[in-house]
Amino acid sequence: MLASLGLILLCQLIGEAVARGLGLPLPGPVLGLLLLLMLLLARDRFKLLALGPLGNAGVETAGKGLLSHLSLLFVPAGVGVVQELDLLASHGIAIILVLALSVVITLLATVLTFRLVSRLLRQQDAR
Amino acid sequence: MSGNPFSLWVYLSQSPLLWLTVTLLVYASTDAVSLRTRRHPLANPVLHAMWIIGAFLLVTGTSYTTYFAGAQFVHFLLGPATVALAVPLYENRKRVVTSIVPMLVALVAGSVTAVVSVVLLAELAGLPREVVLSLAPKSVTAGVAMGIAGSLHADPSLTAVAVILTGIMGAIIVTPLMNRTGVTDYRARGFAAGLAAHGIGTARAFQVDEIAGVFSGIAMSLNALVTSFLVPLAVTLLVR
Repeated sequence: MLASLGLILLCQLIGEAVARGLGLPLPGPVLGLLLLLMLLLARDRFKLLALGPLGNAGVETAGKGLLSHLSLLFVPAGVGVVQELDLLASHGIAIILVLALSVVITLLATVLTFRLVSRLLRQQDAR
Repeated sequence: MSGNPFSLWVYLSQSPLLWLTVTLLVYASTDAVSLRTRRHPLANPVLHAMWIIGAFLLVTGTSYTTYFAGAQFVHFLLGPATVALAVPLYENRKRVVTSIVPMLVALVAGSVTAVVSVVLLAELAGLPREVVLSLAPKSVTAGVAMGIAGSLHADPSLTAVAVILTGIMGAIIVTPLMNRTGVTDYRARGFAAGLAAHGIGTARAFQVDEIAGVFSGIAMSLNALVTSFLVPLAVTLLVR
């Protein structure tokens, strides 16, 4: 368990270092995600790697544990918003309406594009 | 023992322990209610935990800085949890690989829509230029969005508020909206949730379906990258 958490933190640390060092517009944890994914894929190819946190589903169990309460992790930042609601004082209603409409339009555009393309591909496969 | 209960409160209210405990217990209750209502969208545990704790801080006159000294231990886990998204991604890699084309097309369509729609709507609503710029990156995760806002000389704290509000509204609206469109493909539904509503949408997607959560996490990560290139471009083209 400890070694698995350590491996997750190490991936994030390397991700942060690379993102900062190269000035990439990606968050460090996203690079860490890619790194952990590559490690998991490499483990399947090279049995040598299947030890410690990468053996016996160690890092898988730890990762799922972290993700099981993903919502909780947004609470501190959310409370910060409640404290800064006065930023919305002058244009609050307009801002909330704009954001709500935009999120609906974005959800629809994304889901419908995804569906359309995956249907088109399936038709091509069928032919 | 101190005879004055007030001095005990002053001591405890300044300690990280109290605010970490409050965060965990309030969330545990809002999450229990959410489970009890079978994850009803309006019973979103983040939404209810944030206003209850916010009201509690207001009533007790506690500053956010004091609160955050305790809550930071929870906040810190956001980074490791993002890394941990690699695990479900790895376990569902076959479905992800076969969906790569629809994902990339939906990524471009969704990212462009997210930025262009908010900029145009905000201009239509007559919001001042600084507000328009601060709202533009609202669909990506807070850290990246605030970075984009900073580089545009907008107001990063207004951006943070817009990001969280977008996430909460997206997480609430996504299930009823998707049910209405009749799309039952959880890859597509999850991808839309992560693209439009970043991590809070992803947390919602994982509550509904694991595949939805995986695709949501991918969309959130890719959108962070695309949006940081897209916003400066859109702002040059669209903002007067």
